[in-house]
Amino acid sequence: MSGHRQLDELGIDAYLQRYGQREMLRLLTCGSVDDGKSTLIGRLLHDSQAVSDDVLAATRQASERFGTTGDDVDLALLVDGLQAEREQGITIDVAYRYFATDRRKFVVADTPGHVQYTRNMATGASNCDLAVILIDARHGVLEQTHRHSFLCSLLGIQHFVVAINKMDLVGWSEDRFEAIRAAYSQFAARLQVRDIHFIPMSATKGENVVHRGASMPWFQGSPLLDHLETVHVAGDRNLVDLRFPVQLVVRPDADFRGYAGTVASGVVRVGDRIAVLPAGTQSRVASIGTPDGDVPEAFAGMAVTLTLQDAIDVSRGDMVVAPNNAPPLTNTIEAMVVWFADAPLRAGANYLLKHTTVQTAAKVTDLRYRVDVGTLHRQSAPALAMNEIGRVRLECARPLAADAYGKNRQTGAFILIDRIGNATVGAGMIVERKTVDEAAHRRGASADAGSNVRRATRGRITPAARRQRLGQEPFVLWITGLPRAGKSSLAHGLEQWLFDHDYHALALDGELLRLGLNRDLGFGGADRWENQRRAAELARMNLDFGISSIVALVSPLAFERRRAREIVGSPHFFQVWCNAPLEVCEARDEHGLFAAARRGEIQGVTGLDAPYERPDDADLVLDTVADSAAANLQKVIDFLHQRGLLR
Amino acid sequence: MSNYALSHLQQLEQESIHVMREVQAEFARPVMLYSIGKDSGVMLRLAQKAFAPARIPFKVLHIDTTWKFREMIAFRDRIVRELDLDFEAWTNPDGVRDGINPFDHGTQRYTHVMKTEALKQALDRGQYDAAFGGARRDEEKSRAKERVFSFRDRFHQWDPKHQRPELWNLFNCRVAKGESIRVFPLSNWTELDVWLYIHREQLPVVPLYFAKERPVVRRNGAWIMVDDDRLPLLPGEQPQRRMVRFRTLGCYPLTGAVESTADTVPKIVEEMLRSRDSERQGRVIDNDELGSMEDKKREGYF
Repeated sequence: MSGHRQLDELGIDAYLQRYGQREMLRLLTCGSVDDGKSTLIGRLLHDSQAVSDDVLAATRQASERFGTTGDDVDLALLVDGLQAEREQGITIDVAYRYFATDRRKFVVADTPGHVQYTRNMATGASNCDLAVILIDARHGVLEQTHRHSFLCSLLGIQHFVVAINKMDLVGWSEDRFEAIRAAYSQFAARLQVRDIHFIPMSATKGENVVHRGASMPWFQGSPLLDHLETVHVAGDRNLVDLRFPVQLVVRPDADFRGYAGTVASGVVRVGDRIAVLPAGTQSRVASIGTPDGDVPEAFAGMAVTLTLQDAIDVSRGDMVVAPNNAPPLTNTIEAMVVWFADAPLRAGANYLLKHTTVQTAAKVTDLRYRVDVGTLHRQSAPALAMNEIGRVRLECARPLAADAYGKNRQTGAFILIDRIGNATVGAGMIVERKTVDEAAHRRGASADAGSNVRRATRGRITPAARRQRLGQEPFVLWITGLPRAGKSSLAHGLEQWLFDHDYHALALDGELLRLGLNRDLGFGGADRWENQRRAAELARMNLDFGISSIVALVSPLAFERRRAREIVGSPHFFQVWCNAPLEVCEARDEHGLFAAARRGEIQGVTGLDAPYERPDDADLVLDTVADSAAANLQKVIDFLHQRGLLR
Repeated sequence: MSNYALSHLQQLEQESIHVMREVQAEFARPVMLYSIGKDSGVMLRLAQKAFAPARIPFKVLHIDTTWKFREMIAFRDRIVRELDLDFEAWTNPDGVRDGINPFDHGTQRYTHVMKTEALKQALDRGQYDAAFGGARRDEEKSRAKERVFSFRDRFHQWDPKHQRPELWNLFNCRVAKGESIRVFPLSNWTELDVWLYIHREQLPVVPLYFAKERPVVRRNGAWIMVDDDRLPLLPGEQPQRRMVRFRTLGCYPLTGAVESTADTVPKIVEEMLRSRDSERQGRVIDNDELGSMEDKKREGYF
């Protein structure tokens, strides 16, 4: 509790007045056991004078018993609460800490970095505005850094502070800081986070946490606390879409009938016309009661009691919205789910789902994929184990007024409850209103619509002109084959060779496509074809730009490969088959894909439980068992020479 | 409320009200534990606001150890009358029969019988499936980890390692018969927030919070008030009159006073801002041993 100076200047009454007006900021700290997270929080509390003398004395006593800092008070012990974890020396649950400065009140959710405690991180992150991601300067960006960042972004946190800690142990090196910053930025480009801020610090030495310190004169930015005091988070709230889930009907007597609840988003005013979902009945707002009496308007975050002008039927679970801005009512939702329970989530299972003030029975109708939180890769999976994250489709017994979580954190979130044990087994974030099937349908419709669109010829730069400018004859190589047959290696090897010889070419493999253009797709039949269709369209456009494409996709079905050839529609489309028998591919399985499939953890792996149709129309067949990668690359180059596509 | 922004105090208030309404809507038999202290007072005010213009819709329960300060009981009776509460006080009859007191039986046994056991009896008798408590996470380290909705098994026990994940403001209110949830609507409030709110709302509090000359004895480094003639004086102890006040209120033999001249809420806040001691310092039971609160909570203590 800093601010004695302000207290002296203002006097207690003015101080109380100002103090009561401060904003609140909720933040989450994540890092591994050894990154110094508890020490960082301890330092924030200690240096902002939120720690009282008797607590400090007790911590000193505990330091002597459990501490790891020699004679100094182990600040981490201010934070680590439970006996068990004190003894283990790790944080095992979400702990909340509070401190305040003259500008803001802070609620710190301290969450563990250990892999099995994903659930606690999700719990902590769900209400936070900002995440502090700790990185040990000695180790740089680790897989767990990816995991924490992905979870925070998934839970909708818009502001990140990347705290590069233990700078004292790398000689306060600016180069080290810059290298970590660059590595993190490259990774974070794949996340949807608005604001990322980097601060080099040493929590044990107290540098750049609350005070600036003198060891890193090269760093011009603010210490952590300054940033936390000033970062603008009010703009994160949704004040556009009125959503008011009714919690409770307040009816003290026959004359008063009010609807109590918290405004989830948007603004509501007396006199506004409103609609009540799911019934769709309309009325006008007659009054808005708040803890401080009646007001003319209420906004997101306020707990209010509405009365309406008409006596219409409204009860708990209904949602009051603006008639011209209503969320769609749907029984089917698509969501990312974080799984908490020992028993895995499987398609076909039934749960209770709580969304806003609605509780309904829900069935998992599809588990589309699992996300590897370390690499962000999508994997086909038959189940989600504890602490895993995946995309599911759910069918609900009653329709939900559901928004996408990205647009509305309150009405886009839900929890899943075990029907028998009553445990909270999962947390969900609604991805989009439309199911993938609807999206596929829409795509089909728009593809048909495409046949009505005439290409304008006026003023168009011809592909020939572009080819001439680039000085090359572009082509499309479509490389097919089993997983691990060597397609990607060949594609990237060829891309490099072409680049080295002044050609313009792009290698497109599954990983690249699924990270961006095709991030909305799963691994099922329709989605797998859509993945290929988009790759083919992209290759066709590249051709028009005068650029070659080397597409490396399993593309297991003959008719799909033919369709790709039709889409590209050029004589310079060539199909290359990387031929390797299943046993060899399986032996090369360093990512454990086949092994996981053999264990039954994932399904739909081509060659095992999904078919691969050997191409009989390949333009070039490569034996990736008998011949080396270099020899096969040379064969492709020779092939291209023969076709007159290389100079 | 310009710029559609809430102050931190308003935000805490709205969130607590949301929690109370959720409990009232989802549970069959909620009850509010009332300890007479300042946090309980804030909780009652929030409950009034949450259900206005209706009256507080659930029962308010006080666990009476028979060792509360007399001023506390007088204040309690006044509040019950003024707010027209559906009120009940409960004392463990076994403890009364056995004459359990903090002097002959030690603080641990006394607390166990007259507080923990008494609370469990009262909850079982009322078949309550949800019980509000005024505990805050900033009070003590083990509280910092507790959920807002804290699950208790049919023996009222807390399992800190298997707490239900708690996300957004979506609270899991499902319990089987005999199980219950302890609900802490003030979880995110700090001691300072509580006083700021009392100041803003002009809430009445027990006069013991304000400094006054009171008869006290010095015991184990704390000022213990001689509230009635049940306090056995140790050899050499002579009650003396001192300007003291209480930062926290419990059973008078277990609650130490601090020397102070703060006799208004603003003066209390000012004293707190300038002081470097935490509020539970005056409580004898917490300091017994490392982790003592965690052990008590596992057994069913609030």
